[in-house]
Amino acid sequence: MSEQVEKLIRKEYSAGFHTDIESETLPPGLNEEVIRFISAKKGEPEWLLEWRLKAFKVWQSMQEPDWAHVTYPKIDFQAISYYSAPKSLADRPKSLDEVDPDLIETYNKLGIPLHEQEMLAGVAVDAVFDSVSVVTTFREKLEEAGVIFCPISEAVHKYPDLVKKYLGSVVPQRDNYYAALNSAVFSDGSFVYIPKGVRSPMELSTYFRINEMNTGQFERTLIIADEGAYVSYLEGCTAPQRDENQLHAAVVELVALDNAEIKYSTVQNWYPGNEEGKGGIYNFVTKRGICHTRAKISWTQVETGSAVTWKYPSCILKGDYSIGEFYSVALTNNFQQADTGTKMIHLGKHTKSTIISKGISAGQSQNAYRGLVRMGPTAEGARNYTQCDSLLIGDRCGAHTFPYIESAHPTAVVEHEATTSKVSDDQMFLCQQRGLDAEKAVSMIVNGFCREVFKQLPMEFAVEAGKLLEVSLEGSVG
Amino acid sequence: MLKIKDLCASVEEKAILRSLNLEIKPGEIHAIMGPNGAGKSTLGNVLAGRPGYEVTSGSVELKGQDLLEMDPEVRAREGLFLAFQYPVEIPGVSNMELLKAAVDAKRQHEGKSELSAIEFMKMAREACKAVSLDQSFLKRGVNEGFSGGEKKRNEIMQMMLLEPSLCILDETDSGLDIDALQVVANGVNAMRSEERSFIVVTHYQRLLDYIVPDFVHVLAHGRIVKSGDKSLALELEAKGYSWLEQEVL
Repeated sequence: MSEQVEKLIRKEYSAGFHTDIESETLPPGLNEEVIRFISAKKGEPEWLLEWRLKAFKVWQSMQEPDWAHVTYPKIDFQAISYYSAPKSLADRPKSLDEVDPDLIETYNKLGIPLHEQEMLAGVAVDAVFDSVSVVTTFREKLEEAGVIFCPISEAVHKYPDLVKKYLGSVVPQRDNYYAALNSAVFSDGSFVYIPKGVRSPMELSTYFRINEMNTGQFERTLIIADEGAYVSYLEGCTAPQRDENQLHAAVVELVALDNAEIKYSTVQNWYPGNEEGKGGIYNFVTKRGICHTRAKISWTQVETGSAVTWKYPSCILKGDYSIGEFYSVALTNNFQQADTGTKMIHLGKHTKSTIISKGISAGQSQNAYRGLVRMGPTAEGARNYTQCDSLLIGDRCGAHTFPYIESAHPTAVVEHEATTSKVSDDQMFLCQQRGLDAEKAVSMIVNGFCREVFKQLPMEFAVEAGKLLEVSLEGSVG
Repeated sequence: MLKIKDLCASVEEKAILRSLNLEIKPGEIHAIMGPNGAGKSTLGNVLAGRPGYEVTSGSVELKGQDLLEMDPEVRAREGLFLAFQYPVEIPGVSNMELLKAAVDAKRQHEGKSELSAIEFMKMAREACKAVSLDQSFLKRGVNEGFSGGEKKRNEIMQMMLLEPSLCILDETDSGLDIDALQVVANGVNAMRSEERSFIVVTHYQRLLDYIVPDFVHVLAHGRIVKSGDKSLALELEAKGYSWLEQEVL
């Protein structure tokens, strides 16, 4: 294998960095040479290669964590291929007729227009004309404002100082097993920089990137809001996304400098596996932001996909008077497992955090909230409010809550409220007596349960998220 | 409109309705009275198809169709409306959202197109006005934090919007003060028509001063033991139910 890699690397070197990379995929396996290959493929500077290699060394010394309330077969990391070039047009489906009909049916239920369906399913259309012009206008507007929004692989070359300064500054390579793996092999992702005092003229959405590249399973995102800047970033889309890669280990780092604000919204709808629990994505994500003085970071997530979810978008409230927020809806159905929550690390004085978590379990799924609120010894007058509600549908699923509270300052205040409820027969009957069928009734009750979180989402996203819950809950009532 | 024949029903294996017979013609208002535990509320729940209420024998026809064969939501779309005795709260789901979905489901069932948001709002505002509910109630969670009286008025408001052909009021008067009672009664009276029938289940004669029934039935031990006109209600008010029970047993 190494011989093959070497050969490829050599070929790359001789041909320069920017060769045509179509239809190249590395055979499974992970070692130093694979990392060198990935780095060379992207024409990365030496420092980044070193950075990756360091991460790989750390990863090798680490153990896969087993504390989460999830079970899955052991992952063979040597059986995974760590580099796969974007699919060429020739390899893609020629039309929607060649795409899995289940997927198309779900697109239709979500009301996704035809040309978007083609985009999402990766159909080899000549880059949809409508969206091309949309993307162009979008780019021009951002440029005018001085906002940088590009693939991180591009940023490495164009804005090396920013990347070098902030990459790994919030999630260090050794942070955890998956973060280390991601640092070693990350494929691509988004880079955002909002200059001082600038309010991004529009919401930035990964959606605009969809046709542009294949970010793959090890996505890396870095968002920097400079002093007094504001940005709202939307990740994912409600359309179900299938991927041949079962393991996903993304890292997202947010940096909010003094008085900056970052709003990060996610709708995650990876393939959850079939009704018997076969297949489906393992989603092991590390998301974290750091808030400097009077800065604010707000995470909003709607998680309905993946077979196994392991995800804790967190805030380090370093600066005085900084604010962290976490709003989450996690829905599990059939055999899905989710262990998700947040960490609020209060370091600065008078820092404030809010956690609103809504877990919905249906079928035979397991849904856990795991949250840490830490009031450090310097967190004078810090406050946290946590509200953690679980809703059960049926009697074969499970909801679990693991709150960890550590307070090292006597003036810090931590409040925690938790409820567990079931969709009651009386509520169901009221809806049915008004003419709604059982499925519509459940989805309406569940949407009501999530209202507080949906309110945080940008309007359009909120409507879609509601529809998404409805589709995800199908078959959950008898 | 409604034909109930020898209806027997049980809850948790306990027989509650024992061979009940009742026929209601379009445009009629029937009051059902009777002592506690006679099966008054059970009747409404059985007709509406509430899970847990099991029909053991007998038949029910709604406008010539077999009612007992229909799912609860189909009964609703066919025009059966139950105003609940204890309306349940659905946190986070607005009244408006529930009602729009309900109206649309019924219209779809009837082969009509969905109402536009504007048309619907116009109707909903009028219905609110008719029962003296502030329009802000449309935006609030279904029954969330409503007082007892507000919940009952909300039920009538929903009834007006859905324009059912058979309305069942399950002790809608319980817990209402005299003003609220009048509001509810006005709402019902405004809806009276040749094509619409009502079953008014109540404990007290008081409501029937405002909603004047065509027939009054006394339900005891799971069946109708006496029927009459409005004067029967007054007689019951004066003499109580025990004389009847003794007469029947």
